Amino acid sequence: MAEFKQADSMYEWFDQRLGIDKFVKVMMTEYWIPKNINFLWAMGVLLTVMFTLLVVSGIFLLMYYKPDINMAFDSVNYTIMQEVAYGWLFRHIHAVGASVVFLIIYIHMFTGIYYGSYKKGREMIWISGMLLFMLFSAEGFSGYMLPWGQMSYWAAYVITEIFGGIPLIGGDLVVWIRGNFYVADATLTRFFMLHVLLIPLAILGAIVFHFYALRFPHVNNEAGEFFDFDEEAEKYLAGDKVNSKVVPFWPVFLSKDFFVLGFFLLFFFYLVFFHYGFAMDPINFDKADGLKTPAHIYPEWYFLWSYEVLRGWFFEIAGISGKSLGLMAFGFANIIFLVLPWLDRSPMVKPANQRPYFKYWFWLMIADLMVLTEFGKLPPTGPNAWVGFGASLVFLVLFIALPFITKAEAKKVGGK
Amino acid sequence: MKEFKILAVIVALVGITYYGIEPYAHSVMHPEVSPADFTFKDAKNVDTSLAGNVDNGRVLVEANCIACHAIEKAGHPALMPNADAAASYGVVPPDLSHAGRIYDKNYLANFIFDPVTAMHLEHKYPAGGAKAFPMPSYNWMTPQEIMDVVAYLQSVAPKVSEGKEGHKATFEAACGRCHSMAYAKFEATTPKDSIKTYMGATPPDLSQYIKSRGEHYLHSFINDPQVLLKGTSMPRVGLTEVAQEEVISYMEEIGDSKKAERESLGLWVMLYTFVFAILAYLWKRKIWSEVH
Repeated sequence: MAEFKQADSMYEWFDQRLGIDKFVKVMMTEYWIPKNINFLWAMGVLLTVMFTLLVVSGIFLLMYYKPDINMAFDSVNYTIMQEVAYGWLFRHIHAVGASVVFLIIYIHMFTGIYYGSYKKGREMIWISGMLLFMLFSAEGFSGYMLPWGQMSYWAAYVITEIFGGIPLIGGDLVVWIRGNFYVADATLTRFFMLHVLLIPLAILGAIVFHFYALRFPHVNNEAGEFFDFDEEAEKYLAGDKVNSKVVPFWPVFLSKDFFVLGFFLLFFFYLVFFHYGFAMDPINFDKADGLKTPAHIYPEWYFLWSYEVLRGWFFEIAGISGKSLGLMAFGFANIIFLVLPWLDRSPMVKPANQRPYFKYWFWLMIADLMVLTEFGKLPPTGPNAWVGFGASLVFLVLFIALPFITKAEAKKVGGK
Repeated sequence: MKEFKILAVIVALVGITYYGIEPYAHSVMHPEVSPADFTFKDAKNVDTSLAGNVDNGRVLVEANCIACHAIEKAGHPALMPNADAAASYGVVPPDLSHAGRIYDKNYLANFIFDPVTAMHLEHKYPAGGAKAFPMPSYNWMTPQEIMDVVAYLQSVAPKVSEGKEGHKATFEAACGRCHSMAYAKFEATTPKDSIKTYMGATPPDLSQYIKSRGEHYLHSFINDPQVLLKGTSMPRVGLTEVAQEEVISYMEEIGDSKKAERESLGLWVMLYTFVFAILAYLWKRKIWSEVH
């Protein structure tokens, strides 16, 4: 152990023991971010803030929520919403936040795809991000069950039922997940545990990993330019801030993020106080009733596209039932984004619009996801079912074709 | 400029998606129905332009109605406890104290003439069917006599205060024989088992109906349940527009009691956030002026 000299100030006392100086440099003032960025680069900080809001509001809700099928509904809609001081505020922040966090996740994710920020050394950033997406999905799904309304119950019923389609183990798996033969008290209690403990712990770990994964390949920039971060950092530290291609995380990068955050929060709080219906479905204000199926069952908006990929396959093809085909397509849709870095065979790291073939693929993919989302909500009857099938098929074809499209692009641009 | 373009693209894509999955999808799932009719113009068995005579109405009511109905406000108490009344009739017969106030005049007259057609419950009580509605038709009365009864009921109906207390009185008179409101600690006057047998299913607790159905739906539904829920055993109850609004207000006062707080706090929070956003923008400008 090094010899300690008498500290002259409290700051020095802590610095000797915790290395504050060094820590602040590594984490903040000498953590370098490219300067050539736009407001889309603020989504990570927005997500961190949203996650914090969800955790804090969740802690307040946890103090009054009762995970029991006889008490859950009233503990939310009466105790929290009407009895507890500002309980309604925490519930609104939590419910709207859970929905809006997915909007930002999607923007964050498609920004990554648009700018090619998932390849040439950035694969682990992408994978840890997709892992977070999956964890947030599980968190959203488990949380949606807790108010024990009609949509909580029936969405849980429909989604857990999906696992029943897996060959051999399907039936047993569904019972294992539910803890009963139907969605029941055991299901609610275990989803409560998952929602407030296991998944949040995993999310925290994954966030740390995601941030860590950014350290070595560094954050991408608007032009997809590769440069020597150390060299640019030296330039900055030497005082040539204008010509350096990097800025420190604090205060420069964060000052821009706070500005974006400010206007984002304005939008967010507008939703929380005045326009929350999209995140708090009216049907869910009817208490769960296993004997009364709602006329329309649909998941929250952020699951609609993958739900439609599942639902689009409604007829038998070559002796395989529509249900099995849908399940396969659904499985495909849920893992395919994870392997995106290896599906994109083109070496170009550029904004999609500057890539000769990829740009068509990107905008087609966005359009297809929008169609899937829309038809995932509409009743799957008549022509709707066929549009759903078509969009689901296009989704599969797009991802199967991506390696070929990008290979051709690589050939065209000659390895640039 | 470029950043505004990016923002415009995102706003457009999000806006289109939002429109599709919210307003549009809901309009597909819940098509618009014919507007509420508070004149009950389909009920025309009685000439309601006749002026009723209150004194004659009182005689008629005392001879024909109070064997089953209480009229507390006119000094006719209930003849038996609710549970016994429910066992006898299937459902507790309404106390008529508020009838003249909460029911539309045209509806009330036609109801007395023939309850089943006025309530739009022909599917539940078909003519000559095995089940009969507990109240008989008074189609043997002359239109003048029916209007006398209506005039009498209007004369005894007490005025209720504006605000929550009045809304509560209207709600309990209009809905409270079948529906409970747990969040107001109110239980339907007809006991659970009786009402379930009588209606075929337990009428729902209305504590959260302002949220689960919303004002727009309730506006049509209460006016005529058959329009939105064909075949339901809930009758058209014939509330005046004012009474119906009082009922909906009460449902909101109980089911969404923090609405006023939410809306006033919302403005303050947004104002605070706006100031934060402006300060953050100014700070960002200052910081970035050094690196550009």
